[in-house]
Amino acid sequence: MSQHSWGAYAQRNTEDHPPAYAEGYKTSVLRSPKNALISINETLTEVTSPHFSPNLFGPKDNDLILNYAKDGLPIGERVIVHGYVRDQFGRPVKNALLEVWQANASGRYRHPNDKFIGAMDPNFGGCGRTLTDENGFYIFRTIKPGPYPWRNRINEWRPAHIHFSLIADGWAQRLISQFYFEGDTLIDTCPILKTIPSEDQRRALIALEDKNNFIEADSRCYRFDITLRGRRATYFENDLT
Amino acid sequence: MNNWNFQELKETPSQTGGPYVHIGLLPQQANIEVFENNFNNQLVQDQTKGERIRLEGQVFDGLGLPLRDVLIEIWQADANGIFPSQADTREQKADPAFHGWGRTGADFETGIWSFNTIKPGATAGRKGSTQAPHIALVIFARGINLGLHTRVYFEDEAEANANDPILNSIEWAPRRQTLIAKRSEQNGEVVYRFDIRIQGDNETVFFDI
Repeated sequence: MSQHSWGAYAQRNTEDHPPAYAEGYKTSVLRSPKNALISINETLTEVTSPHFSPNLFGPKDNDLILNYAKDGLPIGERVIVHGYVRDQFGRPVKNALLEVWQANASGRYRHPNDKFIGAMDPNFGGCGRTLTDENGFYIFRTIKPGPYPWRNRINEWRPAHIHFSLIADGWAQRLISQFYFEGDTLIDTCPILKTIPSEDQRRALIALEDKNNFIEADSRCYRFDITLRGRRATYFENDLT
Repeated sequence: MNNWNFQELKETPSQTGGPYVHIGLLPQQANIEVFENNFNNQLVQDQTKGERIRLEGQVFDGLGLPLRDVLIEIWQADANGIFPSQADTREQKADPAFHGWGRTGADFETGIWSFNTIKPGATAGRKGSTQAPHIALVIFARGINLGLHTRVYFEDEAEANANDPILNSIEWAPRRQTLIAKRSEQNGEVVYRFDIRIQGDNETVFFDI
């Protein structure tokens, strides 16, 4: 094994992401910069990132079925979600903090600002977190969220989705996104998903049914992999410091 | 023809954090008790070295109204300019009582956000240069499709700021001022005010890092 000296992260390909201003998603109109982003050469500030100790985590932090259950189980479809976090060069991303949040089976969020008529579930909280392992693998268990209506156009509905956040090895990898479930017909009409310019990249947010990992008489399973930016190695001058 | 490209993965595309970002990232602000250890905006422990400061401000939209659902994170070096990260390749050891990272949400009524932290030391820049003391800051919210990155510098570090390679890479010199936090003292506490304007007059500089 050669002694790698790590250079900067490969630059973000902006065409693989939504633009800031996307008028079909109306809230973005007043919340997007008018000026172009200023690209900078990375320094130690951008290639470093906080570390999270496994000791911080409780035993049910990645079990959304049980981590808020009070007097019984939450109502809804029992599903396991698992997959791998890798960088763009295919390397596993180890000990990354993955955080998730979602609505309950009705499409209702446990949040003071959500007034949707869909019923609350007293046994469902809707948040979880975990660290990826040595292979970049993560797993959590939850209730499949319902779709929900929102005010963009008046009759807009989100597909079922789970929000996720990653803090990994470098600040430049910081990412928040959402994943969807294979076969949901609302995927084709969602203006938030449509902010992503390419079909391939929209499909990269769809978790796939993983039949071989269903657990009989218990839970179904979805597979969802995540890719973060990767660092190039340096074999000649290292200008980072 | 496509097979002419070697196989490299594409970064997972970003999506907005949405209006309920607090459920997952600050459950305590959504009144959800699930985790024993919640992440928060307190970066200072008793043994942490350095000058205590409070960093606070608001985030404004294109109409000048504060975002009351925005989530903010900061990442910074310790008082000696060392990052508590394995990826800081310098030989010096970071302050063991400093994690370098914090997270907060704007107040649902006023839109004011704040962190209790320490003033970071100057840190190494590229090719042997020195960066002025700064804090990396990112914002996520409803209507923001990709987290917006910026940096906070300090107005009482005018000389270091004048030599900072990142500030100097901003060609429109008047825009550099949008990254300088204003210092004041309130009840013996040092406070830096840093308002963020997402769009329009005095729009804050955002970086592609």
